[in-house]
Parts: sequence; C-alpha cells; structure tokens
Amino acid sequence: MNRDEPRAAPRQAVSPAQQPANQPANQPANQQPQARARWRRHTPRRELIGWLAWLLLVLLFVVCWELMTRDQIWAFVWDAPRQAGDLFSRMVPPRWSYLDQLWRPLWDTLNIATLGTLTALVIALPVAFLAARNTTPSVAFLRPLALVVIVASRSVNALIWALLLVTILGPGLLAGVIAIALRSIGFIGKLLYEAIEEIDPQQVEAVRATGAGPVQVLDYAIMPQVLPAFAGIAVFRWDINIREATVLGLVGAGGIGLQLKASVDTLAWPQVTLIFIVILATVLVSEWISAEARKRLI
Amino acid sequence: MKTERSSDAPSPASRAAMDASADWPTRWRRPPLITDRWLRWLLILAALSYGLVAAASIDVNWARAADGWERGLRFIGGFASPDFSSRWRDISTGLVESLTMTFTATVAGILLSVPIGIGAARNLAPLPIYLGCRAIIAISRSLQEIIVAILFVAMVGFGPLAGFLTLAFATIGFLAKLLGEDIEAIDKAQADAVRATGASWWQVLDYGVKPQVMPRLIGLSLYRLDINFRESSVIGIVGAGGIGATLNTALDRYEYDSAAAILLLIILIVLATEYSSSWIRRRLQ
Repeated sequence: MNRDEPRAAPRQAVSPAQQPANQPANQPANQQPQARARWRRHTPRRELIGWLAWLLLVLLFVVCWELMTRDQIWAFVWDAPRQAGDLFSRMVPPRWSYLDQLWRPLWDTLNIATLGTLTALVIALPVAFLAARNTTPSVAFLRPLALVVIVASRSVNALIWALLLVTILGPGLLAGVIAIALRSIGFIGKLLYEAIEEIDPQQVEAVRATGAGPVQVLDYAIMPQVLPAFAGIAVFRWDINIREATVLGLVGAGGIGLQLKASVDTLAWPQVTLIFIVILATVLVSEWISAEARKRLI
Repeated sequence: MKTERSSDAPSPASRAAMDASADWPTRWRRPPLITDRWLRWLLILAALSYGLVAAASIDVNWARAADGWERGLRFIGGFASPDFSSRWRDISTGLVESLTMTFTATVAGILLSVPIGIGAARNLAPLPIYLGCRAIIAISRSLQEIIVAILFVAMVGFGPLAGFLTLAFATIGFLAKLLGEDIEAIDKAQADAVRATGASWWQVLDYGVKPQVMPRLIGLSLYRLDINFRESSVIGIVGAGGIGATLNTALDRYEYDSAAAILLLIILIVLATEYSSSWIRRRLQ
C-alpha cells in the first residue's frame, strides 16, 4: 500500500510533460513568452543544482578513494587475478571425506541459533511491552529505557557481541548463544513493539469493560492480537540467526565457523570449499523452512 | 482480522470438545491452538526434549566463566570511563577506513547494481540476460559478507580494499534484487505511452521507467549505506580493514576501556546514519 504512493506522484508529473514532447517543437512557445525551442525536463536552475550535486558526489568519492587506498600495496592488487586463479585451483575438488567431521559442528550451529532465538524471545517480549506506547506503564521513564535497550542491541552485530563474550566467558557455545540472543533482542523487540502499537483498541476496551484487570487485558485482548506477528518475527529471526551462527565460530564462539577458521588458517582450501557448500545448503534450507512457516502463520 | 478472530473464539469444534467431556464445565476456557490432544502433547514433548538435548550440548566451562566474570565487570566499567585518547591514532585510522570504505563501496555497488537490476526485470530484459542477472543476484545474496571478505582478503591482501570489494559485492545482491522487482512493478501505461511516441529502448528507460523508480532507488541506496557501515565494522575481524580490526586488536590486548570507546563510537555512528538516512528518505517520498 505504501509502495503505491511514490508512484502516484510521478504519474502526474510525467503526463503533462509528454504532451509537448509529442507536439511540434514550436508549439509550447504560445504558452510561455520566452520558451526555448526544445522541451526540457527541469528548469535551468534545477539542472545546475543537479550537476553540482553530482560533482560533489564524484569529488567525495575521489577523496574517500584516495584516503582508503593510501596504504594500499598495489602490487598485491595487480597480482589478484593470478591469486584468484590459484585459489580456485586449490579449492576446486572439495574434500568430501571431511563431511563426517562437520555433522557435530552443524548440530552445534543449529543449537546456537535456536537457543539464542528462544532466549531473545523471552527477554524481548517484556521489553517490547515496555516500549510500546499503548502498553508501557510509564512513558516518561520505562519507555525510553526500553528503547535504549532495543537500539543498543540492534546497532551491534552478533559477531562483535561474540568477540566480547569470548574474551569474557571463554570460547564455546555459550558465548555464541548469548551473542545471538543479545543481537536478536533489539530486532524482535523493535518489530514486536511496532506490532503492539498497531493493535485494535476496541478489543482491549471490550475486555476491560468486562471488569478484567491489567494482566487479564494483556492476556485476553492484546496477546491474541500480536501472537501471529510474534510467531512470524520469531521464525524470521531464527532464519537470520542460522546464517549468523554459521560464522560465529570465526571468533571462537562455537559452531561450524570454528572448522572454517581452522581450515582457513591452515590453508586447507578443499575443506573450506566443502564448509562453504554446507553453510550454503544450511542457509537455503532454513530460509525455505522459515518462508513456509511464515506463509502458514500469516 | 477482527471478525475472523471473534468468530474464532467459541468455534464449533471447541464447543463439541466441551460437550464430549461428561461433566459439563461451567467456566469458559480458551480453545487450544492445536485441537488434537495427542498431537499437542507430542509436540510439547518433542520441543521439551529438544530443549534438554540442545541445552546439554552446550557444556560450559564454569571455572573459565568464573574467571571471566571479573573481566566482564572490568569491561562494563570500561563503558563508564571509555578511553578515547590513548589509542586515538588506531581508532581514528580505523574509523576513516570504515567510513571511506562504506561510501566508496556503496557508490560502486549502486553503479554495478543499476544495470544488473535493469537486467533482472523481466519486462525490460530478454530471457538470457534476465537469467544471468538473477544468477548474479542469487550468488551475492546467499554468500555472507564475512565469507566473501575471507575470499577477497586471500586475493588482494589485508586492508580496506578487500573490504571495499566485499561491501560492493554484497550491495549488488541487495540493491539489484529490489530494483529489479521495483521495475517489474511499474505502471506499464507510462512506459507504453513513451514507447508510443516512437522512443527507443533507452528513451523508454529514461522517460518511462526512471521517474517511477528513482525515489525508491535513492531510498534503498541510503538504506544500504547504513547497512554497509554496520557490516564494515565487522569484516575487519577477518582482515578486511576498518574499525572492526581496531576493536579486535583492542580486545586481544584486554584493553577494555579502549574497546568500550570503539563500541560507543560504532553505536553513535550507526544511530546517526540510521536517523539521517530515514530522515532523507521520508523527505524524498
């Protein structure tokens, strides 16, 4: 619904413009005393501003590029096609026999994603109710606090959380589960509190009119309305978490990423290829499961 | 939505279930989500046993975690007194790398995704080109940034150039897909009207399609700029430059106050880009 709006505006903007384009070039001269012979889309002033904006963009790009490649050793870059060919020739027959050692890490990856999502759900539910304008007990104090929790959790990537937790808790699955949970709280919390703010207030009033207390209103009027959205968000985040859990091992937080890091560090490229294939397959399967589940839920 | 739910509550099935029980309950109870009792208990049992097995597989080293507790407290203390000054040179280099990498990669990514996005729209591109572009998009979308970064670091060496290539590649999958879908959903009448004036393929693109998709393309590009900065703070972990590398070093040295400073900077910049990009997007639409 939202996507149609921007489209409606250009429709009106374009259609009058097409008429002069169809007509002979001197026709619009009747309407404007100083009109040019040729139709133009923008006024000269707008065209100038447009060109200036493009110039600025290009300048900014050049400056950024220069800053970025200050310390670049270009010999490595010119060498890259050869390196890529070399890498490919080393990677190409994947070492299929290594698959036997990957089942356990894959199971760990699945557990990290699932347990992390469950933990996040348990924490995100109350946070979302505190953050939603229509259910929060105090707009002045608790709502901003809940919003800060959501924002802080959302702006730090799961890998960075994992990096921190590994130095604190030591390497292992627990760091991965908590990292996934910390990242997911913000995501689930944000989508859920937006869903809560969009509920139908009439149902809440109807239940309240029967004499229900605040907890009963939550249970019988609000929860049933947000439950489908809640389940959809949970499955969606689970799918993203599977993706993220496959690489958490790079910083030591368990899962198949551990094997990936070990293989990359020992330059065992045929194993790396196999791990990539396994990760790709896992991601595709989880994406399919989540898409199917969401289609049924919503 | 509402009518569906209100008719849902006292459904005939649940009433039948109540009738079936001999001692006519006088209290209304919510109908269960899954009506078949055996299936319900089986599912609950399966979920519980999976939870137990999964939780058992975690196997925590409690002694190590207890050791880490003190470090965790020091880290939280680091947030109270973040240290920007003693590693400022490293931090500023990392930030400049991240920001420049983000911007150049987004621009390059947009330049690459516009033709690919046009190619991925069935109403503009012939079938072979369509399939080729869709394949590029599928590859770019299914590989995660960090995995692509590992490969690019192996090819061009450590540093922000590898990060630039990674982010540009990831941008293609995102932007080209959405742009292609957007072009497929345009109002056909406008493109037909332009074509009816005798316009060539390029002119149809310029006058019939571009005005319809431009606002959304700008919005998506800004959104992607936002995502690219977030990602740029991560791919440094595998050697692709940026603030992530600085953060990794700080944590390896157990310098929690510097790490806290870096994290605060990341959060601040992410917030700033997110709010400014959503502000610009709202003004454009």
